[in-house]
Amino acid sequence: MNADRRPGGRELTPARMNLGDLIRVGSAGLRSRPTRILLSALGIAVGIAAMISVIGISSSSREDFNQQIAALGTNLLTVSPGQDLFGEEAHLPETAESMIDRIGPVESATSVGILSDTMVYRNDHVPEEKSGSIAVMRAQTGLLDTIGGTVAAGSFLTEAMQDFPAVVLGATAADRLGVGSVGPEQQVYLGEQWFTVIGILDPVPLAPEIDTAALVGWPVATDILDFDGHATTIYTRTDPDAVEAVQDVLGPTANPEAPHEVDVSRPSDALAAQHAADDTLSALLLGLGSVALLVGGIGVANTMVISVLERRGEIGLRRSLGATRGNIRNQFLAEALFLSTLGGAGGLVLGVGVTTLYSTIQGWPTLVPAWAIASGIGATLIIGALAGLYPAVRASRLAPTEALAVP
Amino acid sequence: MTVKQKPVVVLDSVSKVYAAGIRALDDVSITIEAGELVGIVGPSGSGKSTMLNVLGTLDRPTSGKVFVNGHHVGELTDRQLSALRARTIGFVFQQFHLAPGVSALDNVADGQLYAGVTRAVRLRNAERALIRVGLGHRIGHRPHELSGGERQRVAIARAILGDPMLLLADEPTGNLDTTAGESVVALLRELHTSGTAVVVITHDHEIADSLPRQVHMRDGRMISEAAIVAAVGRGSQEVSS
Repeated sequence: MNADRRPGGRELTPARMNLGDLIRVGSAGLRSRPTRILLSALGIAVGIAAMISVIGISSSSREDFNQQIAALGTNLLTVSPGQDLFGEEAHLPETAESMIDRIGPVESATSVGILSDTMVYRNDHVPEEKSGSIAVMRAQTGLLDTIGGTVAAGSFLTEAMQDFPAVVLGATAADRLGVGSVGPEQQVYLGEQWFTVIGILDPVPLAPEIDTAALVGWPVATDILDFDGHATTIYTRTDPDAVEAVQDVLGPTANPEAPHEVDVSRPSDALAAQHAADDTLSALLLGLGSVALLVGGIGVANTMVISVLERRGEIGLRRSLGATRGNIRNQFLAEALFLSTLGGAGGLVLGVGVTTLYSTIQGWPTLVPAWAIASGIGATLIIGALAGLYPAVRASRLAPTEALAVP
Repeated sequence: MTVKQKPVVVLDSVSKVYAAGIRALDDVSITIEAGELVGIVGPSGSGKSTMLNVLGTLDRPTSGKVFVNGHHVGELTDRQLSALRARTIGFVFQQFHLAPGVSALDNVADGQLYAGVTRAVRLRNAERALIRVGLGHRIGHRPHELSGGERQRVAIARAILGDPMLLLADEPTGNLDTTAGESVVALLRELHTSGTAVVVITHDHEIADSLPRQVHMRDGRMISEAAIVAAVGRGSQEVSS
């Protein structure tokens, strides 16, 4: 009958603990100390919630911006004169606009020209130097359609209106001039003449220079205000699929003799670059969130160390029941993992909640990226494992007799 | 006990010296046969707890050899000793060591947690063990709802769950009143008649005297041993050193 009792036989081989038992043993320690567990899980939850909401809010804001840009269109290109070889301000040839209009994928092209010697004032009593940095521009009737602008009050320049001394003010310009309404009695003093304000524009995100402009009709500019005929900016809408191709040929098309004297830009890119500057703040907040998470992890480690100290009797009992060092270590590791997972899950819910609340208040779409949630879960598990490892190893190294000696 | 079995535990001139130079065990030799009921008696500090730890493989001796069920404990790894404890040895402690807030059934079922037995089987065995210790009506009760004697019987049920060859009880009546203590001793005696070797560590001479074999300890040495020959089927020996 001793044949099966040889050393290394079944009697001396520890049984493998199945996953269900490990989960049960690991979670039992949590259930018996609910308050402490909730508080230390809260530390993790705050860290995860901070990170998730920072990422969520910034990506919701970006999503909102992207939707706005998509609505404005990314197919607007602007052409303006650069500098010539001698550093002097260059001019666009008078043919530039009609040449650009002939490029196949170009849907519309319209130009504005700054009347650099003409100023606009609220009335004829304002001193000459207080021009309020408002540029007087000659505009065409199709401008608004091309740049995606809208009228806040009144109307834009029309074919019929453009022969008369009528002016349309950009949003900022109207503000600076103190013009809040339109109509025959609403006059401004422009180029030493009285002009009637017939329209005020909404802000134009893709062409902010229009916001500070006073726009007058082409014939008026030439006949009354002595415009020199050079366009200062040509706005171009293209087929959305051919924006890059058009961008490449705009310079040579506008000024075939000196393509390098032409500046071509894409306003939506400039806006995106401006928006990206906000990322610094997000990174800072994210850093704060990760510090909170680290502190939460330390809290978990602390809870586990105390737990191991308090439960020496239990550890001794388990060793006497036949638990190996590995069984004890796994039990406390599992406990730390459950603890941090509990916190992580709470943090995810909290973070998504905060994001939803904030973006709803801001009128943004709510967007918490999947990678943020995945890395939240990942961070939780890593922190749980790191925080639990030391206490778990300590528990497993405890000699059974020492553990049982606790009163 | 018709077949002559090998001894459950053999201590062969075992000594245990602690770091401070204290000799907790000093050249102790003892053999415990299968199915024996032994009382180890002595005042506190006599080394009887160290004796229990060495018998139960919870501690290794400084010198000498320990054999449990034929295995030389000194040659086994910590993992192998754990497995041996899981399947061969049951422990009962003075402080019961029951998990608070957990039912008697689940507490007892943990007795085979590390023995590779599925939970369903553990629970079935636990119910049987609770009935065996007379607590069939307390299965769902939690420790704080049980009397001291009942708690110790739950602990005994846990210890005998896997039918160990050896049951070690460390002051099992230490925290109990006389009546409860007597019922626990009666239970241990009953387990011994059904074939388990039971070693009871106690400082209570009254309890020890009621056991068939007694080992008296003082200052880490066995000072006398008395055995009822018929109950053991083995010659008694007088040890004095």
